[in-house]
Amino acid sequence: MTTRVKIEIGLVAAIGLFLIVVFPLLNAYGVVSNFTINLWGKYLCYSLLAISVDLLWGYTGLLSLGQALFFSLGGYMIGMHLMLMIGDLGVYAQAGKNPNGLPDFMIFLGHTVLPDFWKPFYSLGFALLMVLFVPGLVAYVFGFLAFRSRIKGVYFSILTQALTYCGALMFFRNDMLMGGNNGFTDFKRIAGYSLTDPVTYRWLYIASAVMLVAVYIGCRALSRTKFGLVQQAIRDGENRVLFSGYAASHYKLFVFVLAAMIAAIGGALYVPQVGIINPSEMTPEKSLEAVVWVAVGGRATLIGPIIGAIGINALKSWATKAYPDAWLLILGGLFITVVLLLPGGVVSIPGKIAAYWKKRSAKADSSQS
Amino acid sequence: MASQLYRRILFIFLALASSLTALAADTPRQVVVEAILAENAAARRERVLSLVGRGDEDVAALFAAWRGDQLFIYQTAEGARVPVQLTGEKDGEGSQTALKVSDGQPLLDAAGNPLRLRAGDLVAVEHNAMLRRAMKSVLDLLDLSAADPGVRIRAITTIGFAQDQEKLPALQARLAEENNSRVQKALREAIALIQLKAGNDDTKLEGLKELEKLHTLASTDFLKAALRDAETAGKPALIDAARRALNAVETHRTLVNLFGTMFRGVSLGSILLVVALGLAITFGLMRVINMAHGEMIAVGAYTTYIVQNVFGSGLSLSPFGFSISLPGLNATGLAYESYFIVALPLSFLAAAAVGIALERGIIQFLYRRPLESLLATWGVSLMLQQLFRLIFGANNVQVSSPSYLSGNWTFFDIIFGWNRLFVIGFAVVIVAGVWLVLTKTSLGLLIRAVMQNRGMASCMGVRTERVNMLTFGLGSGLAGLAGAFVSQIGNVGPSLGQNYIVDSFMTVVVGGVGSIAGTVISASSIGLADQSLQQILGNPVLGKICVLIAIILFLQWRPAGIFVTRSRSLDE
Repeated sequence: MTTRVKIEIGLVAAIGLFLIVVFPLLNAYGVVSNFTINLWGKYLCYSLLAISVDLLWGYTGLLSLGQALFFSLGGYMIGMHLMLMIGDLGVYAQAGKNPNGLPDFMIFLGHTVLPDFWKPFYSLGFALLMVLFVPGLVAYVFGFLAFRSRIKGVYFSILTQALTYCGALMFFRNDMLMGGNNGFTDFKRIAGYSLTDPVTYRWLYIASAVMLVAVYIGCRALSRTKFGLVQQAIRDGENRVLFSGYAASHYKLFVFVLAAMIAAIGGALYVPQVGIINPSEMTPEKSLEAVVWVAVGGRATLIGPIIGAIGINALKSWATKAYPDAWLLILGGLFITVVLLLPGGVVSIPGKIAAYWKKRSAKADSSQS
Repeated sequence: MASQLYRRILFIFLALASSLTALAADTPRQVVVEAILAENAAARRERVLSLVGRGDEDVAALFAAWRGDQLFIYQTAEGARVPVQLTGEKDGEGSQTALKVSDGQPLLDAAGNPLRLRAGDLVAVEHNAMLRRAMKSVLDLLDLSAADPGVRIRAITTIGFAQDQEKLPALQARLAEENNSRVQKALREAIALIQLKAGNDDTKLEGLKELEKLHTLASTDFLKAALRDAETAGKPALIDAARRALNAVETHRTLVNLFGTMFRGVSLGSILLVVALGLAITFGLMRVINMAHGEMIAVGAYTTYIVQNVFGSGLSLSPFGFSISLPGLNATGLAYESYFIVALPLSFLAAAAVGIALERGIIQFLYRRPLESLLATWGVSLMLQQLFRLIFGANNVQVSSPSYLSGNWTFFDIIFGWNRLFVIGFAVVIVAGVWLVLTKTSLGLLIRAVMQNRGMASCMGVRTERVNMLTFGLGSGLAGLAGAFVSQIGNVGPSLGQNYIVDSFMTVVVGGVGSIAGTVISASSIGLADQSLQQILGNPVLGKICVLIAIILFLQWRPAGIFVTRSRSLDE
């Protein structure tokens, strides 16, 4: 083990410890407000989404504009469970008009019996399984078709964009029985704990932090294996990989499904923390926003997407309050600047500065001698 | 039953009588005077009914006044009884101007000054339910003799739908003298519909046979009702005839729906084509993923909006705290409506200018990085959307269609909207135009050379930078033209472009990147598929989802689209 790796492990451990243990402890003792911890919980979920984009775009060269779909699907799966857990606290139930324990929106639409596909979601375990399974399945089917016919590059982006658009159109429909326009909201409890209690939010934050650190370590390890090398080789020269005898489409399919699941985990942790999920979360624009985080943070690194997701969302929280009219101008401008001038993202800045210093000192050396 | 028969006979008699009395020089106003002065209710009714088929606007106004208790009888000093209508503002004593019913002129006193009378001093002309009904039948049939065939048809259809037996003779009389074929058809339909409610089966059968021949869409409900009646009454001949008539109508409906769907499909396809054609150039030829293409469309639409307001009453905008006000020409009529003709080239130029700025500012650095051009142009798209919001407001703006684009034309029961017809024609024109530019002009030659091999073209002395710029400008300008069109069809708002961006990319990808012919075929087939699926599934969103899924599956079969640009290069 080289020292470089040792330093990295040490750093990850330190940051992980801070995120998972120290930050929640500070919250418990009142140093960090409940609002802040909830906000950071959200940022960490966005980071998971950003990592999933990066795994595809930065490491495999597949720019997917469909990650918001998987993120929202994960959110919807946990949302179904949370809707059923409202139970007797719902508006109709309080009024004594909900004998079968239906989510409120269904009663509003005139249903009296819970549809069969909703029934298993009473179990949290099943819902968690579905968080991985449903987006995974969608990604598998779509990826299988797309990679089989060797759709790549911008065509892949356009098709994934269409897929997300299609998903959003579908979930906007009321007869999908997934809440239509309004989606799911007004959650009351999760795993028996009330969603009005700050302690629950602290634990949700901890879960998000643990998940993020685990996903980070997992992806980091993956990128160092032979699999990871093939993955990056596909990005750099897919034809060479093919001619070397690797089934590139199998690798791509695996990464696509894996990324979908990571995004879905992010979504599943996101929904209980913000308390709402609706189809506008799965529009192509949301996917593109996640791509912006990755581009600004720095793709083909794992820390870049996290920095990008947290940084841009923090900026957004601030700017939408301070300059609500200018926020989209700032975001668009930032994006153009990064793409044109800083293709490596924020994380490439230290390297650039170092290179600049090196060049300068080399120049100074040569002029002295 | 007997009274109905009696009434019918009376009616026919009266209709005949009225055509006879028409020979006498009585104006309708004089007939009304006679009716008012008649000694008993039956005579009154008779005089009123004599106006059937002869009524005009005066009669309608007088009847309205009669029913509104505004007709009075004025006793002159000589003892003559003059029917008058009191109208106008009441003055301090509550008196009003009196108009003579006989000629509509003011009633004069001995000195020749207009008389003002108080309603309270006079006796109102009486009316009872029977009389009001008689007046109504005159009024209902008033439009039968209107000069405008459209008005006649509307009146006839209303009568037919009411299935009022009493009006049958009037319709039949009208059919004998009608010479406009469309009105004749409406009359035959109305007569047949009324016959469905007739007392005896032979007349019913006659009506059913006529409806089978006419197979109009509107008769469906009446035929269904007739079928139900026949079934409850248990009359096989009627049931059979009703079924046959219904089948004829349904066959006709299927045909109309089929052609209607095809027409809507082609027109939707034309919109897609107009919208995607610019993209077929920027994406198809230049391989630049311009996510701001939708905003170029919006630039065109907003230009149309500005031009419209300049032709109208002017426009004041306040972007970023500045206030800009554009003076209006206050044009009206045809001059105002010609704004659209002016807006078309301006939309093209405005969007082309924005496109050229975009190419010079950003895209020229990204030709080697297509995925990144996607991202950078998305940033541009966000900024442009926000700029629209800041300049024109977050709400949709109102763009009114000129009258020559807002009517429609019904042919064979299929409704052809003029804007849809126009968009089809327009699509044909601009596709032909683009094709000519690309194949017959020297600019087109340069464009094709640069797009095929940028390096080689450059070596041959082509100024590739300039060609890139112009090509991108052409593509964006076409998007602007599309925007001028879209403004006539849908809403114009800041996020207008977002509604079209996914569709236009799909159109280009399905057509085969780099092929204008492919874009034409894919746009019209996507349009047709979308409209037919909507028709079959009865739900627009579900239809759209199916189309998107079908496109994904289609690309399995032909990954490079309908027309493949063949090349030996590995990465093409």
